[in-house]
Amino acid sequence: MILRKISRRLKDMQTTIIMVVALCFVLSTPLLIAMGLGYKSMALFREVPILNLIFNSVWEPASGNFGFLAYIISSVLITLLAILIAGPVCLFTAIYLTQYARRAVMRFMQPVIDILAGIPSVVYGVWGILVIVPLVSERLAPYFNVQSTGYTLITGAVVLSVMIIPFILNILLEIFRTLPIELSEATLSLGATKWEVIKHVLMRKAKPGIISAFGLGISRAFGETMAVLMVAGNVAKMPHGIFDPVYPLPALIANNYGEMMSIPLYDSALMVAALFLFLSVITFNAVSRIAIYRLEKKL
Amino acid sequence: MATRKFRKQEETFFIYLMRLACLSIVVVMGLILYSILKKGIPALNWKILTTVPEGGFYFGGEGGILNAILGSLYLAFGATLIALVLSIPSALFLNVHLRKYTRLTNIIRLIIDVLWGIPSVVYGAFAFSVMIWVGMRTSLLAGMITVALFITPIMLRSMDESLKSVSNLLYEAALSLGSTRSEISVRIFLKQCIPGMITAILLSFGRAIGDAAAVLFTAGFTDNVPTSLTQPAATLPLSIFFQLSSPLPEVRERAYAAALALTVIILIISVSGRLISYKFTRNDTK
Repeated sequence: MILRKISRRLKDMQTTIIMVVALCFVLSTPLLIAMGLGYKSMALFREVPILNLIFNSVWEPASGNFGFLAYIISSVLITLLAILIAGPVCLFTAIYLTQYARRAVMRFMQPVIDILAGIPSVVYGVWGILVIVPLVSERLAPYFNVQSTGYTLITGAVVLSVMIIPFILNILLEIFRTLPIELSEATLSLGATKWEVIKHVLMRKAKPGIISAFGLGISRAFGETMAVLMVAGNVAKMPHGIFDPVYPLPALIANNYGEMMSIPLYDSALMVAALFLFLSVITFNAVSRIAIYRLEKKL
Repeated sequence: MATRKFRKQEETFFIYLMRLACLSIVVVMGLILYSILKKGIPALNWKILTTVPEGGFYFGGEGGILNAILGSLYLAFGATLIALVLSIPSALFLNVHLRKYTRLTNIIRLIIDVLWGIPSVVYGAFAFSVMIWVGMRTSLLAGMITVALFITPIMLRSMDESLKSVSNLLYEAALSLGSTRSEISVRIFLKQCIPGMITAILLSFGRAIGDAAAVLFTAGFTDNVPTSLTQPAATLPLSIFFQLSSPLPEVRERAYAAALALTVIILIISVSGRLISYKFTRNDTK
């Protein structure tokens, strides 16, 4: 009897230790990544001051010139454009599905969102090349009297916006569902229309959540690699309009792995790009998530 | 004050706008599936699914994408398995042992949520620099580990969501009968949440098979089917990416076929995940 009790205790301890180790490992990955990337980046940081890297747009690895400005601007522009397209669509759809639509509509939309969320980014890239690239080069650009190959800032932004729609939409749906129903009932009883309730009460209440959802969408778009790599054109120059090709940071990393070993400091420069990407995404994510947790009263 | 008529009109206008937004999402999904099907179906045949590319994946027009299909499946299975080993204990610990420490668990959840957002290309770059450091070459194993790191937060969080729903009554009843916490974890929580677990596994498997940026530098690419963990492996996303840029139309056909194959695999996974969670949704006592 006592022996059995001891063996159960031992087993309990054993299992608990395994669990703690697994959890600690998972939680330590961001630290490991930051340390690994930081260590690799040091080689370049020692040669060139950080500000020179960020505010220089000349990228000539062979002569030791590593200016990230064109890449950073590309990333920022493509992300902002994508969120500008995706944001309103997501917001309107989320309000419609939670406030107006019948249950059947929601039941129809859920698989649609699931499918969009599941499609791999390469397939989005293929779709971009098949549909959006010709659309931009043959219809949109001629309409504005611009010559364009179709592999441009706007192409990348459109593909990216479609990719982040399911992601933002799911968070927004969650947020609108957690809003207390008494809030809208009280305003409805004062004679407001449903839209007025949404505009004046729900939107105000959900504002931090909406902003955070967009923040998460931004960080998702900022790190998205393959689809953007396939349709954005990848020319490392400052873009002057939406019909110019761009070269975002993730595409830079993905495109140059093969050749980086032969040029000194090149691998370090790519790690700087990865570190920059990592830090900005983590920051954006953390701020947005904390705001959402606050809103849902979890913190 | 706006007149009553104007207020009504404003609402109607916005309802139409919202319907339009909703509709546009459906249309875009239809467009994506349509264009993949339209290009993929003519390119797809039995031979392309069952042979490896001949004369190089980039310049050889003959052969198929078997290397990529099998490579992707191996990689995704391996990665899911590794992620499973990490996720199940962590998720159980979070929901059983730390059940009373809401603040701590929420902070851990927050960290995992933030981890979820790290782009896969960063995982790829990190793993690649570690591989150089330890002298490892591109291989199936390296790819599996990288992808496993990338999907673990996803799997962990969705398991966690399903474990969270186990009722407190059950937990307390088991405790009062003298069970240790580990016994409660495995015999009660795990058993209660098997459908949720399967959904979580399918979700992460789908992520693993569809991701390209993490395997780009870690799994490599090859024309052959890998026979051991130390060999490089081709994957479907990369085979699409590389072959689509080929100058030969026959090779591009293979990319379209691969895109269709990948989409079909993803759709099957996503539909079966839904079916499982639908079928097993029960009305638990709360």
